[in-house]
Amino acid sequence: MSAKKAPAKAGAAPKGKARPPQLRVVKAARPSAAAVRTMNELMAYAYALELEASERYAEFAEAMAAHNNREVAELFRKLARIEHRHAEQVLEDMGWAEPPAPPSAGYRWEGPEGPETADVTALHYLMQPYHVLELALHNERRAHRFFTALAKAATTDRIRRAALGMAAEEAEHVRLIEDWMKRVPPPEPHWDLDPDPPRYAD
Amino acid sequence: MTTATAESAATLAPQAYKSEYKPIWCPGCGDYSVLSAFTKAFAALGLKPEELVVVSGIGCSSRIPAYLTSYGFHGVHGRALAAATGLKLARPDLTVVVAGGDGDGYSIGGNHFLHACRRNVDLTYVVMDNHVYGMTKGQPSPTTEPDWVSKLSPAGTGVRVFHPLVIALAAGANFIARAFSGDPNGLAAILAEAIRAPGFSFVEVLSPCVTYRPEQREWKREVRPAPVGSTDDPARAARRILTDDGFNIGVLYRGNRRPYQPPIGKSTAGVADLEKGFER
Repeated sequence: MSAKKAPAKAGAAPKGKARPPQLRVVKAARPSAAAVRTMNELMAYAYALELEASERYAEFAEAMAAHNNREVAELFRKLARIEHRHAEQVLEDMGWAEPPAPPSAGYRWEGPEGPETADVTALHYLMQPYHVLELALHNERRAHRFFTALAKAATTDRIRRAALGMAAEEAEHVRLIEDWMKRVPPPEPHWDLDPDPPRYAD
Repeated sequence: MTTATAESAATLAPQAYKSEYKPIWCPGCGDYSVLSAFTKAFAALGLKPEELVVVSGIGCSSRIPAYLTSYGFHGVHGRALAAATGLKLARPDLTVVVAGGDGDGYSIGGNHFLHACRRNVDLTYVVMDNHVYGMTKGQPSPTTEPDWVSKLSPAGTGVRVFHPLVIALAAGANFIARAFSGDPNGLAAILAEAIRAPGFSFVEVLSPCVTYRPEQREWKREVRPAPVGSTDDPARAARRILTDDGFNIGVLYRGNRRPYQPPIGKSTAGVADLEKGFER
């Protein structure tokens, strides 16, 4: 069957205007930490955050592999695996056999996506591992701020403690990436200079 | 063209709509997120891949059918809407989504765009607009700003831009929205609404070309939710669309025209009879 609703009569309001489940057009994507009122909801946020980050890194890995930047592709793949493991850990900790349903009003992040999800336009085909780690560091810092804000707005001690625990985990990830960056050579100036660029328009 | 197994659509996750072919867009291209939003919308609607067709023309964004497990048709430049119209009229049981870019849709396919809006066949048309011809190395497109300077337009085009949303409205599109690829979740929600809305649904997606228009990375700081909800009043919608700066995101217009669909099973005597149906 076509997904479109049956044609409405001329002049009548079209049918089928109900929004589909689990997808919401967020009118104002501002953080709503106070909206997290239960442990289940908090952990659903944690799961969604990690899973979305994992999917984005996996997408980045594919993009870089297609452009033969193998080292960077492998690093993105590694990050995707790490984030996926974090998402699995949430399921395990909560004893959930299935991924949690999102909140009825949808997830409300600081921006359009979760705080640990890398910006889709952040890639460059010549980028180097250091750039990847910079990106990951930025994302982990945002995740840390997100859970810290959730803890501050928590309405129960249990949620506050759990949010602080997750903030501490994100802080640990920040430290790990900072250490990792010390072992990776920073890019040379003009790292993006390509003697045979794919463009000639300017 | 790819087919999927007849697995129950209710069990399909977004990933199930992605084919084994990996996209070869430039890293950072907005079209990756549009692909992701397509799969999320299809999953949310519970569409079966074998009951869904994605039709495209030519250009970077028109590669999208290959990356999906639904049926697909990668047509000729600017003619995606013509092919999709024929398909939908012949097979109204299928969900038909059309995808392409601003050059394909507004220039080469501009005439088809106008008449697809006018006919109001039950299609969803998604244009990934990056204001440039990316696949052919960065020529100005109909939505390129008149003062955009490049080697191929050293003094800018000096030509006013094409306003696809208001033109779609004037031509009769029944659902009009603007979305942003940097918000794939919001885009998926808009796509799902567009697919569900009867008649011709038009979704313009601001989808940055980071190779030829790297300044479009800043779009993420410029887009915002439209300050007011959609309207079914074309005059009000036209005023809003003409006076915004092109960065208001959301559903902007929902009309109530009846979609065109010839009676199933009745033979059509000729083209003139078919045209009568479009005059409603």
